[in-house]
Amino acid sequence: MLDAMIYALPFLMEGLWITVLVSLLTVSISLVAGLVLGCALIYGPLPLRLFTRLFSDTIRGIPILVLIFFVYYGFPAIGVDFDSFWAAVTALTLFKTAQVIEYVRGAVESIPRGQSEAGMAIGLTFSERLTSVIFPQALRRFLPPWINGVTDAVKGSALVSLLGVTDLMHAINQVIGRTYEAMPLYVLGAFIYFVINFSLSTLSRRLERRLSHVQA
Amino acid sequence: MHEPLLTIRDLKKSFGRTEVLKSIDLDVGRGEVVAVIGPSGSGKTTLLRCINFLETYDGGSVRIDGAEVGYTEGRKRRGERALARMRAETGMVFQSFNLFPHLTAAQNVMLGLTKVRRKTKAEAREIAGHWLGRVGLGHKAEALPSELSGGQQQRVGIARAVAMEPKILLLDEITSALDPELVGEVLEVVRGLAAEGMTMLMVTHEIAFARDASSRIVFMADGTIAAEGPPVELIASAEANPRLFSFLARFRASHF
Amino acid sequence: MGYSLNFSVVWRNFDKLWGGLALSLELAVISLAIGIAIGLVLAVIYVSGGRFTRMAIAVYVEAFRNTPLILLVYLVFYGLPQIVDIRYDATTSFVATLSIYAGAYLVEVFRSGLEAIPQGQIDAGRAIGLTPLQRLAYVRLPAMVRISLPALSNTFISLFKDTSIASVIAVPELTWGAQWINLNTFRIVEAYLVATAMYLVTGYVMLFGLRLVERRFQVARNA
Repeated sequence: MLDAMIYALPFLMEGLWITVLVSLLTVSISLVAGLVLGCALIYGPLPLRLFTRLFSDTIRGIPILVLIFFVYYGFPAIGVDFDSFWAAVTALTLFKTAQVIEYVRGAVESIPRGQSEAGMAIGLTFSERLTSVIFPQALRRFLPPWINGVTDAVKGSALVSLLGVTDLMHAINQVIGRTYEAMPLYVLGAFIYFVINFSLSTLSRRLERRLSHVQA
Repeated sequence: MHEPLLTIRDLKKSFGRTEVLKSIDLDVGRGEVVAVIGPSGSGKTTLLRCINFLETYDGGSVRIDGAEVGYTEGRKRRGERALARMRAETGMVFQSFNLFPHLTAAQNVMLGLTKVRRKTKAEAREIAGHWLGRVGLGHKAEALPSELSGGQQQRVGIARAVAMEPKILLLDEITSALDPELVGEVLEVVRGLAAEGMTMLMVTHEIAFARDASSRIVFMADGTIAAEGPPVELIASAEANPRLFSFLARFRASHF
Repeated sequence: MGYSLNFSVVWRNFDKLWGGLALSLELAVISLAIGIAIGLVLAVIYVSGGRFTRMAIAVYVEAFRNTPLILLVYLVFYGLPQIVDIRYDATTSFVATLSIYAGAYLVEVFRSGLEAIPQGQIDAGRAIGLTPLQRLAYVRLPAMVRISLPALSNTFISLFKDTSIASVIAVPELTWGAQWINLNTFRIVEAYLVATAMYLVTGYVMLFGLRLVERRFQVARNA
């Protein structure tokens, strides 16, 4: 059993790198897109708000696996062609963006109305209120769920193996295809995913506890 | 005879079908301290919030130093920046303090000074230090709101408002959220400001304080000004005014 | 471009999608039921248990929450039969996996529900002389159900979406149905468009239904 694991490790590390790369791309692109669209959902004009709401609700209603297939097979049909790697990243990014939109909305709406009014009362403009009063406070409420949500990107990235992208999940299956030793490899793979995600969720919990002290 | 500082004419405001303010006329002169009393739901707080345009209004005008607050002459809503500049001319202290929880006491006071008054950090820090000292919190400048008592938070709230050197200070039931033993320290600060000639309009439930500290009391009921006058005269006239009488009668004699 | 949509083959094979949707719902309901049983038992044990039991439950919860479901599905279906002598078909294997996965989430839901009950209510139960078991049955569990209901609905919807992963071990649920149509007709865009619409409509119908139930429950409880 140990032999199989040691034999597999170099392959798995290559796969792990792709998993990390997919996750990093997904997380960073969706962060930017989600922040912009999240603000559009809260402060935008009505048509933009409706569009963002529809986008988020639709994406969140589709299983990630279906979303991945949809992007991979469907987008070429409308003339957008990309390889399996970018199709996977696009699909996961859409999914994460919808999540980030909701985190932003939740964080901003948790700030009491009086905060904005106090900002108005001392003469701050809308954008000054956002940058000096609302966002610094919303950030504390946004960070813990967002970091915890990174685990969803990492877990979701395992589905890109189904498009033939050689991530950690795919690497595991490839090694099993050669060695027929399924169990040790699945356990090893599960352990690697666990270490990454458990670190993230622990960080999120720590941060939440720290920040809740400041907030009061 | 010079213009009053604050002129309110025919101010009207409805929330849906309920008329909260029915044609309010009110003048506040420079250096005057006016207390607004009245039962809850009488429109006191809404009146105050219309003055710095935290609440839009449906008709009439609110002028500070001759300039309409929320609207341009054609009753068009002012742009964001112009509105912000007008609001900076009025200071507001809130019932629930509304301190910025992520900023220290000093930073709470400094925010408007640096962003709106365009002071340097150093200047702002000095002004903040001065006003925190004035409200008796010089030693708490680096404390976060969560580390302060309610009374201390409200005193920071006052410092934040007056540091902007507003033309008029609006106080919205600033002691209602405080434990009884903390009310005194806050009222003491207000008394000090009044003595220095700060123009103030305060909504309050502290009848005794209104009587002692204000030059005029305005009694509101059902969205109108039902009675007004110098404190002693107004209270004396209560016998002839059933609504005022029943309102004042709820306060025990010891309050006077 | 040049791709023109043609849904007729999808309609001709619609039974694959329709049957798939039915199986997806079935998988979600069964897994939820087993997951609730696991979650309830472990949550009650957790809040009353000692350090060691708590630790063991936490390990289960964290292990399953932090591993991709697809890997767990493979592990249970392909891996487990290699080392222990069990046999099951893909559907059974998937239900087992999703149930244990759901259990890990529901332990947390129920645990936080139990811990959110105000101490005063438990004290009141004590004051009128209820035994610990009676307090659990008449005070703590009913209160917990009310608190946990929204999270429970969300878990159910998530499980319904997660059933799509059963397609990787050829369980004939909705996503598999779309794949089947693709393999047999090559109308992949149409197949996924229809399947996606079916996931969305079903998911939101369930969500609105569950929100209605929650509201009725709240009213009944508060009255």
